[in-house]
Amino acid sequence: MADLIQLVVFVLLVTLFAVPLGGYMARVFGDGPAPGDRFFLPLERAIYRLIGVDPQARMTWRRYATALVVTNFFMMALMYLVLRLQKYLPLNPDGIAAMPPSLAYNTVTSFITNTNWQAYSGETAMSYLGQMLAITYPMFTSAATGIVAAIAFLRALTGVRQDLGNFFVDLVRAHTRLLLPLAFLVALVLVAEGAPQTFQGAAHATTFDGKTQVIPRGPVASLESIKHLGTNGGGYFGANAAHPFENPSPITNLIHMLSMMLIPTSLMFTFGRMIGNRRQAWVLYTAVFLLFLGMWGIVYASEQAGVPAFDAAGITGGNMEGKEVRFGIFGSALFTTVTTAATTGSVDNMHDSLTPLGGFVPMAQMMLNNVFGGVGAGLLNILLYVIMGVFLTGLMVGRTPELFGKKIETKEVKLASVALLVHPLIILAPTATALLLPDATASILNPGSHGLSEVLYAYTSGAANNGSAFAGLDADTVFYNTTIGSVMLLGRFVSIIALLGVAGSLARKTPVSAGAGALRTDTPLFGAVYLIVVLLIGALAFFPALAVGPIAEQLSMWFGA
Amino acid sequence: MVRQAIGISLVLWVITGLLYPAVTTLFAQAFFPHQSNGSLIVDADGTVRGSYRIAQAYSGDGWFHPRPPAKEAYDPLESGGTNLAVAREDYQATVLKRLEAVRRDALDPDLPVPADLVTASGSGLDPDLSIEAARAQVPRISRATGLPEVELNALIDRVAVPRELAIFGEPRVNVNALNEALRARLKALDQRMPPR
Amino acid sequence: MAKDAKRSPFTAELVRRAAIDAFLKFDPRTMIKNPVMFVVEAGTAVVLLLVVWPDLFGPSGATRAYNFAVFAILVLTIWFANFAEAVAEGRGKAQAESLRKTKTETMARLVQKDGSTKMVSSSQLKKGDVVRVEAGETIPADGEIIEGLAAIDESAITGESAPVIKEAGGDFSSVTGGTRVLTDWIVVEVTAGQGESFLDKMIALVEGAKREKSPNEIALTTLLAVLTLIFLIVIVTLVPISRYLGIALDVATLVALLVALIPTTIGALLSAIGIAGLDRVTRFNVLAMSGKAVEASGDIDTIILDKTGTITYGNRMASEFIPAEGVTEAEATRLALLSSLYDETPEGRSIVDLARRKGVSADAPPGAEPIPFTAETRLSGIAFADGQKLVKGAVDAVSRELSAGGAKIPKALIEKTEAIAKAGGTPLVIAELASAGSRAVGVIHLKDVVKAGLKERFAELRAMGIKTIMVTGDNPLTAATIAQEAGVDDFVAEAKPEDKIRIIRAEQAEGRRVAMTGDGTNDAPALAQADVGLAMNSGTMAAKEAANMIDLDNDPTKILSVIAIGKQLLITRGALTTFSVANDIAKYFAILPAMFATAMPELAPLNIMRLTSPTTAVLSAILFNALIIPLLIPIALRGVRYRPMGADRLLRRNLLVYGAGGILAPFVGIKAIDIVLSALGIR
Repeated sequence: MADLIQLVVFVLLVTLFAVPLGGYMARVFGDGPAPGDRFFLPLERAIYRLIGVDPQARMTWRRYATALVVTNFFMMALMYLVLRLQKYLPLNPDGIAAMPPSLAYNTVTSFITNTNWQAYSGETAMSYLGQMLAITYPMFTSAATGIVAAIAFLRALTGVRQDLGNFFVDLVRAHTRLLLPLAFLVALVLVAEGAPQTFQGAAHATTFDGKTQVIPRGPVASLESIKHLGTNGGGYFGANAAHPFENPSPITNLIHMLSMMLIPTSLMFTFGRMIGNRRQAWVLYTAVFLLFLGMWGIVYASEQAGVPAFDAAGITGGNMEGKEVRFGIFGSALFTTVTTAATTGSVDNMHDSLTPLGGFVPMAQMMLNNVFGGVGAGLLNILLYVIMGVFLTGLMVGRTPELFGKKIETKEVKLASVALLVHPLIILAPTATALLLPDATASILNPGSHGLSEVLYAYTSGAANNGSAFAGLDADTVFYNTTIGSVMLLGRFVSIIALLGVAGSLARKTPVSAGAGALRTDTPLFGAVYLIVVLLIGALAFFPALAVGPIAEQLSMWFGA
Repeated sequence: MVRQAIGISLVLWVITGLLYPAVTTLFAQAFFPHQSNGSLIVDADGTVRGSYRIAQAYSGDGWFHPRPPAKEAYDPLESGGTNLAVAREDYQATVLKRLEAVRRDALDPDLPVPADLVTASGSGLDPDLSIEAARAQVPRISRATGLPEVELNALIDRVAVPRELAIFGEPRVNVNALNEALRARLKALDQRMPPR
Repeated sequence: MAKDAKRSPFTAELVRRAAIDAFLKFDPRTMIKNPVMFVVEAGTAVVLLLVVWPDLFGPSGATRAYNFAVFAILVLTIWFANFAEAVAEGRGKAQAESLRKTKTETMARLVQKDGSTKMVSSSQLKKGDVVRVEAGETIPADGEIIEGLAAIDESAITGESAPVIKEAGGDFSSVTGGTRVLTDWIVVEVTAGQGESFLDKMIALVEGAKREKSPNEIALTTLLAVLTLIFLIVIVTLVPISRYLGIALDVATLVALLVALIPTTIGALLSAIGIAGLDRVTRFNVLAMSGKAVEASGDIDTIILDKTGTITYGNRMASEFIPAEGVTEAEATRLALLSSLYDETPEGRSIVDLARRKGVSADAPPGAEPIPFTAETRLSGIAFADGQKLVKGAVDAVSRELSAGGAKIPKALIEKTEAIAKAGGTPLVIAELASAGSRAVGVIHLKDVVKAGLKERFAELRAMGIKTIMVTGDNPLTAATIAQEAGVDDFVAEAKPEDKIRIIRAEQAEGRRVAMTGDGTNDAPALAQADVGLAMNSGTMAAKEAANMIDLDNDPTKILSVIAIGKQLLITRGALTTFSVANDIAKYFAILPAMFATAMPELAPLNIMRLTSPTTAVLSAILFNALIIPLLIPIALRGVRYRPMGADRLLRRNLLVYGAGGILAPFVGIKAIDIVLSALGIR
């Protein structure tokens, strides 16, 4: 009962924040004036002047995509330099060494792609400057990149303009108007609740047992807030949001979850505003939320049921392995659902120690990759499935398919197909490859089906730009660092570029005023269509791998092999 | 475009990577110095004994024990869980062995034991226990310290925190705070009575 | 040709030929155009190797008999797919053959520079040649009449037996090779050389020789290819994934799973659906120049309709008989009826109908003979045995005839005819011609009448979300009256021919797709601009060339049927795609547990259909996959049932039938086949 109340309050809070923020973002990225112009505009103009950007210049989809990729490339270069040189740079009170090349490549791709897969452990492998200039920095920019890509796509759907806007202006405004103020406020709340924020080195304690305990700390809160607001997920510490400093209380746990949901859900309402159809936003929002709740139900029920052998022996309270007492089963199950829905990838419990069916949920959500999805990228994926839904079922009303009045033709289908194809490809192919190589299978911690799940989870997490892990897998090897790194890059940029291509093509089409003969996408019926298409197309590709992985493991735990 | 791309990369680098953490730290240190520096447990003489938020080992039967360690015993440099698959038989055997130990200490072979007491946490540094997990340790501590169980249970009730805002999270008790209270109680007794 | 092709889709001859063609289509070079079926064929080849060498990919528990069973079912799957396409093509071929018979070689009277004529074979005619064709001769090539006037029998092309009048100049000057001149003579300038005549194009079209995939078909094929590729990845990667778990998967079963998962149902039927859609249009006696045009008609948002001839019968229904001075109305009605007894034109029949409705009846007296309408006299009527004649015709024609006998139409009657004309109607004068004295006896008022049933069809269109715009040269008042009577959504009055293209552009700028019908040369630009342009076969060459569809029956309201066919085509495609993809769920539950039955017995609970054995499970799944193709061929060829309704209701209905049905049907089907197989002793 208490859990049900927590769930209802959570759903209400998410919605309560998403609607107004969605409207705010529509104004920030719209053509008219936006709140806070008096304060922000002079600052933004100064930045434009400094970098030589004409804020009035508009970009075609090719220019927009190029600017996005080139900028992200330079950011990667800056981050790589910091990681390789951190030993010699300031703000390194604990004397951390420089990062080796393959791990640095993996880390850089991981954070620029908003994945935040961590093959390193922050306590021992990252200086304070590294945490700031190579981790906190891309946590902002990759989130902003996702947001502006989604915004550019939405502009193409509005039908009033043929360009996609100006990448640099959008990127700057995403920071000044949205991410920086929010991150600052959330960080202070986290500190109040117990998250450290200091430039002092680790505390050296003499415990009551008389032993020495080295307690690492640092600028944790400022990283944590943007980590979740930007659906990044990379932890300051190895234990991520299970760590008592990252996530000290149930309140911070709630704030983390709300932060993760905030921008992905808000963008759905921004979308509704920008295409001038709020009903559409509510339909998709409801559909996605239903999927989310279904997923939550599976992991929650499975963790409550726990391990049959323990139950028989008289251990109460479900499966607590890898979970923190302050969050309990509910707070852990919900966090797991949120972090893989919004593809954040931070964890407040260890997914490797979830029951098999519980571990199935985060994997399934990352495979679907659009149960809300990451900041910006999630909305793009939702729209990808909307396009697929429109294309498959739209024919059944006797018209060639249209998305918000714009015809979906061969070009759109081709580009969308690329985005659709790349996801299973970059998950299944490297998983299969890794399982063939003895060196790669040596990294696996748990045997059998669960070991298979560890590898599958790793590439799924990379492809979905999630970053969470079945952490038993020792992924800090040259093979995993390079393959997962590349999977993250492909998973991020192939779909962004393909969907911007769709946007460019749609932007040039005259929208049809929707008559009674057109397929309406803002009805509960289409919401159901969307769900079915997501489950059919998204799930069918992964069913065999999931069947021999977590499903087989769970069945054998229940019924005995 | 390349020039603008480099420009924006550098500007944001400075703003988000340097200015933002620095400004946040200034505010945090000004308003919440205790939390900002890690909620440290500091003795009267200024010795750092740990952090309230980080579990540490309390050896001996006379203290409340935190949850089983995951890797190195409560080493904050090695945070993280065991990552063991719960379907594994060797893992299940380990947990059942811990169960036996708890029941042996409680002198009750059929005691229902909350899962958190026999499983490792996600961080390996979980400072909390469920109320039931603390209670399960009471018989052992009572035998070791001579404090009556009623008094220990009252101690738990005093230190325990309910759900936040009556809604969020789980009722729980911080082992560091609990042992601190226990220590204070024992110290008070020591001062009143001659040494045992 | 059309009339006799309206037979059942499955004549014995057609099926026999398609059955043979289906084998020829196994050629991989043909097959590669269909990526889904090509993958099936490649998989079949792999299984064939396993039939010969069961241990080709390492030791396998699969028997040769099992491999052969899989192989045979896969061959059957491909054959069914080929058969579906062959049947669809076959119907076109049959029509093409009947058209070819028309295209026999004839002799042509080539007019030479000096004016003399020379007999040459029709195959020698070039573009620009001039030929003379006389009554009873076949027109040797497509062309424009440059001199003369004739009644022409176009039944070879249109199936319509009533002759049409064609004359030089104006909108009715084009003639088609293969049609026959019935009366008079014409001089024709050849406009199409050998092999590019209208008949040639028509044959190529119905035969599907130059069939190009329509845009939507290409897009769908792309998506199907990607789905196939995804499943290919799934199956290929499953091998190392299983090997990691110490499981060696049987290759024949893997191929079976692949074939079951990829969208074979729609892959097999896709081209048949497209061909059949074109064919349905053709059987409506409409020639679509491409599948794209049929598809586009499903998307139409706006239809531009001429008032005259499309919405109304074209000034041609008798509404009133006005007697001349000294004649009673009853007498005028009787004479009007008599004059029209032999008149089989719609006007003539409407006169007879109106007279009968007014309670007047009359039979032709013995010895009476019809006076047929000729292009010269432009009069028709009846000649009595006593030499007296009764004729009717336009004012000028009748007055010419009367003046020959020294009579004329009374002024009062002339005024009546002028009033009729002003109101937008057409007056016909009836006159008695006798040696004793000729006189005009009355006027028939022919009036615009909205065609029967149109109002209902426009209402249907509105339900489908399609807007109708009527274009007329009438004044706004008349236009508004007709518009309301017909129930069109909008009208443009006092329109000049060039207004049509302006309206079309305006609608298109709003993002709407526009259809229109037309026949005149000045309609040509608008027909080309419209997304769907339907030209009348009676129209000019320019109009026909600009349009993307031609109606052989010259019935402009056909556009409504064409739209329905276009929608039906798209719905059929979408429904079968949805059905095909939805099938996969059951197939997974059949094959996956079977595949891992021995190595991972814990997956047994996934065998929710409780199939007898791994062997029967796999065979049942792919057998279902094969058999569903012929079961759906009738739907592919006929199209799914379509009734005009709003998009939401349509979607709900089709989702229920083809989506939910697609999920459930294979569960039932596979289980049923499994029961049969195990009853046959297969384990």
